[in-house]
Amino acid sequence: MALTLLRGIRTQALFRANAGLFCTTRLSPLARFTTRVESVQTTNPKTAPKSIQQAAKEAAEQKMQGFEAVIGIETHVQLSTITKAFCSCPYDYGSQPNSTVCPTCMGHPGTLPVLNAKVVECAVKLALALNCEISMTSKFDRKQYFYPDLPKGYQISQFDIPIADKGYIDLDLPVEFGGGHRRFGVTRVHMEEDAGKLLHSESGNYSQVDLNRAGVPLLEIVSEPDMRTGIEAAEYGAEVQRLVRYLGVGNGNMQEGSLRCDVNVSVRPIGQSEFGTKVEIKNMNSFNEISRAIDYEISRQIHLHKESQADQIVQETRLWDESSQKTFTMRKKEGLADYRYFPEPDLAEVVLTSEYIDEIRNSLPELPEAKRRRYENMGLSMQDVIFLANDDNVAHFFDSTLEHGADAKLAANWIMGDMTAYLKDEKLSIHESKLTPLELSEMIASIKNGTISGKIAKEIADPGAIGAMVDKVLADNPKQLKQYRAGKTKLQGYFAGQVMKASKGKASPVLLNKILGEKLKGN
Amino acid sequence: MPPPLQAHRMLLSHRRISPAPRRRFTAVSSLSSAPAKTAVAPGPPPSSILSIRDSLLSGERTAADITSEYLSRLRRTEPSVRSFIHVADAAAERDAEELDRRIASGGKDAVGPLAGVLVGVKDNLCTVDMPSTGGSRILDGFQPAYDATAVRRLRDAGAIVVGKTNLDEFGMGSTTEGSAYQVTKNPWDDSRVPGGSSGGSASAVSARQCVVSLGSDTGGSVRQPASFCGVVGLKPTYGRVSRFGLMAYASSLDVVGCFGSSVFDTATMLSVIAGHDKMDSTSSSHDVPDYRSDLVSLNLLESKPLNNLRIGIVQETLGEGVDTGVISSIKAAASHLEQLGSVVEEVSLPSFSLGLPAYYILASSEASSNLSRYDGIRYGKQVSADELNELYGDSRASGLGHEVKMRILMGTYALSAGYYDAYYKRAQQVRTLVKKSFEEALKRYDVLISPAAPSAAYKIGEKTNDPLAMYAGDIMTVNVNLAGLPALVVPCGFVEGGSAGLPVGLQMIGSPFSEGNLLRVGHIFEQTLQDVSFVPPMLADL
Repeated sequence: MALTLLRGIRTQALFRANAGLFCTTRLSPLARFTTRVESVQTTNPKTAPKSIQQAAKEAAEQKMQGFEAVIGIETHVQLSTITKAFCSCPYDYGSQPNSTVCPTCMGHPGTLPVLNAKVVECAVKLALALNCEISMTSKFDRKQYFYPDLPKGYQISQFDIPIADKGYIDLDLPVEFGGGHRRFGVTRVHMEEDAGKLLHSESGNYSQVDLNRAGVPLLEIVSEPDMRTGIEAAEYGAEVQRLVRYLGVGNGNMQEGSLRCDVNVSVRPIGQSEFGTKVEIKNMNSFNEISRAIDYEISRQIHLHKESQADQIVQETRLWDESSQKTFTMRKKEGLADYRYFPEPDLAEVVLTSEYIDEIRNSLPELPEAKRRRYENMGLSMQDVIFLANDDNVAHFFDSTLEHGADAKLAANWIMGDMTAYLKDEKLSIHESKLTPLELSEMIASIKNGTISGKIAKEIADPGAIGAMVDKVLADNPKQLKQYRAGKTKLQGYFAGQVMKASKGKASPVLLNKILGEKLKGN
Repeated sequence: MPPPLQAHRMLLSHRRISPAPRRRFTAVSSLSSAPAKTAVAPGPPPSSILSIRDSLLSGERTAADITSEYLSRLRRTEPSVRSFIHVADAAAERDAEELDRRIASGGKDAVGPLAGVLVGVKDNLCTVDMPSTGGSRILDGFQPAYDATAVRRLRDAGAIVVGKTNLDEFGMGSTTEGSAYQVTKNPWDDSRVPGGSSGGSASAVSARQCVVSLGSDTGGSVRQPASFCGVVGLKPTYGRVSRFGLMAYASSLDVVGCFGSSVFDTATMLSVIAGHDKMDSTSSSHDVPDYRSDLVSLNLLESKPLNNLRIGIVQETLGEGVDTGVISSIKAAASHLEQLGSVVEEVSLPSFSLGLPAYYILASSEASSNLSRYDGIRYGKQVSADELNELYGDSRASGLGHEVKMRILMGTYALSAGYYDAYYKRAQQVRTLVKKSFEEALKRYDVLISPAAPSAAYKIGEKTNDPLAMYAGDIMTVNVNLAGLPALVVPCGFVEGGSAGLPVGLQMIGSPFSEGNLLRVGHIFEQTLQDVSFVPPMLADL
């Protein structure tokens, strides 16, 4: 194993908001279903109810008329190691240009790469999660081309012996897209370094090079051409993102470019075994965009096939344009690019031991697919399973609640219903909730054994909230308040009614009367 | 199968493997064929480092005195020799005065192993306070942000860097004529080349412009100029010295090496620069001994100090194409080694002649990649242009020299899709064969000997239009780089030429990390070589 300068994974900072006391405020049942998968999150079910989606899906199927799409994805996962892949520079997205650079990542004469052992560890983790075969001996190679964001004139990558290959991803398609279990093949996983970034001037007269990102470790995951629709591809990407986050090897943020998907799309008449000419699409910033870009590209290619213009489908790279919802040619490929790969002589081979791999295997957390199967076996619906398992934080909360003895179905209902609605209103994440899994499990137990009713559990029991409502009622009724203060104490009933009305009947009567009494007397 | 490169074909036919059986080496000849006619008294070379150390410790001389002695010699010889691209005389004087102050206040503790030793540094090694050009216009004026590890270790040991020595551009050449800046002359005859690519480092030590110097050896770039200039040159085992800060030519072959006027000085220098470096993951963690500890002075030597030493003389290096004067010098050296008690036998390295073409394919391939960073974008020469490819093309076309461009083209070709297997991969297979054949031979012999070059120093301009002839001159040295072995060159004799003859070096090759043994044998050889001196005649007038 090569040596490391500095090692370690940056732990994600948990910004704990000063959340108020958790209390549910809604009686209405869960109005709609949401997941944290971006593809689903960004579609707005309010404006596009399921029936319309279903209709769109059927329309899309009709459009396929005798054709089938073949989709493969190359995913670049940026690793959140403390230092870069081959030097001791840190990397922070968004820092001042060229502030986290050194002679090595700037490609200065005489500098040499030294492998960060943490990169290998992340690669093995992700490769195991992708059910890959790990190469006990792999090596680095140089991929050579000239571009100003590539300081050495070559990228250190892995060519013929990647660290892992022959894996697969299991996932469940969202129920509203028809559901279904899928297994997509993973061709290979390899380690490489990122390039810098070019910043083009507004005038277009010059470009500037920012090398902060140069040398940041990446894992490239190449899928088999197993996907057939935009949603399948988006779900594949979403599952990769989940694995990255579950394992803590990266933040998987697409907007920051920490997770990038390049998609290859071709279409062929159903029944044909050869692939059609493939087109590469880049520049999608969410899984939803991936899904739409692919669906657009599929219909564009089918259209050309039907118009007998299939020869206009050429090997090229197209960019997805979100504003026009179309793909555009970026560059046509003139023959095969020759990267003149050869073994990187500055780095030793990466030799792993089975003890090393076992140690990592034993340290892996339960992964989304295992969670989904476990939840499914609890008798939860697939919609519940996907919601609970696909977000690391939600799954953790759910599992803790179960550990405290809560009933799975009830806990699922509470988490997916009232808690989610509340947290969404408060713009909080579940790990920021003040309701702990223990409290939720106790509440569920109390409801179950009849100590309190489900309705009571939903009462407003926040003195602050009730106090505010009381204040408002008092302020809105100065005449009655004056009369009360003058001795007409029967009016307390009137105020209580007003507050209860304001709370839509949810205020705890005991708490309400206590606070109201104090306020009427004190102020 | 693509047509082979012309160089490939020609180099392959340069030499045929002769399957002659091993036989006892019996040649006996007088030592030097053209004894040196210098005014300097013949005898074993003294260690300059030791004498500097003694004078500093005794207070007999100050570092400033020593520096001034070397600088005045440098100023007188440099106009004709031109070893240096950059002379840092003022900085050297300052460093010396600073050292004197520290000695005055701190005493002996301030005297590091290389205190007050003036060092020349090949200009492809990065120095933080001096320009580092690699001998190329594309890095004209470039000043690195850091010191190469070897340079830093020398400085930490008290050495004073006196300047940056001339070289063939990025180490690609065997004459130092390939420098973009100047032509360095051989101190033994100013019409001749000093060898290359570390020609400036070799000539600087030869002309006593500095005490020792750093070079780099990718295919013989330390050993061949050491032979041409009559100095000691050491190419350590691959990975023995960190490459961090050495501008890469061919990463899997490059080694930082050293020059001295004596084996003792060379050993002292190696002790300082060798060892693992966390900045170079190909550097070895193998223990670094004090290479001086096995060097026994002449008066303590037994009569047969090399008893039990088995030496193999590489048959293939003494045949056709090798200067007869060189052959007789090497044979004389061999019999001298026999007289010292060793057993010398001829040994055949069957893959010997395959090494040269394999070397040029591998070195050029790696060079084509390593030199991609000189693109005019971040540092060095940039030719402005309207379009990106034009900027790259023009910057590199005007910044890089002819030989460098030729090797980049050869290497790019060899790595291209469809040619990779026929060239690069095949050359790697040859490399494995070469390695194996050395391993076999070094099981039977402690040391292998050969010339360091097929001839002594040749005339300036003689081979500039015939690159293949120049490449062929590397036949003695490239195999050692392919196998990653250590090799020491010590001056052993002379051939006719110049006013006082031209020096010839004996190359001694050992197993990986056997530098200690090579230096021990080299030291005994050097100390017992009588009636010769390897101080160039130009110094007699000074």
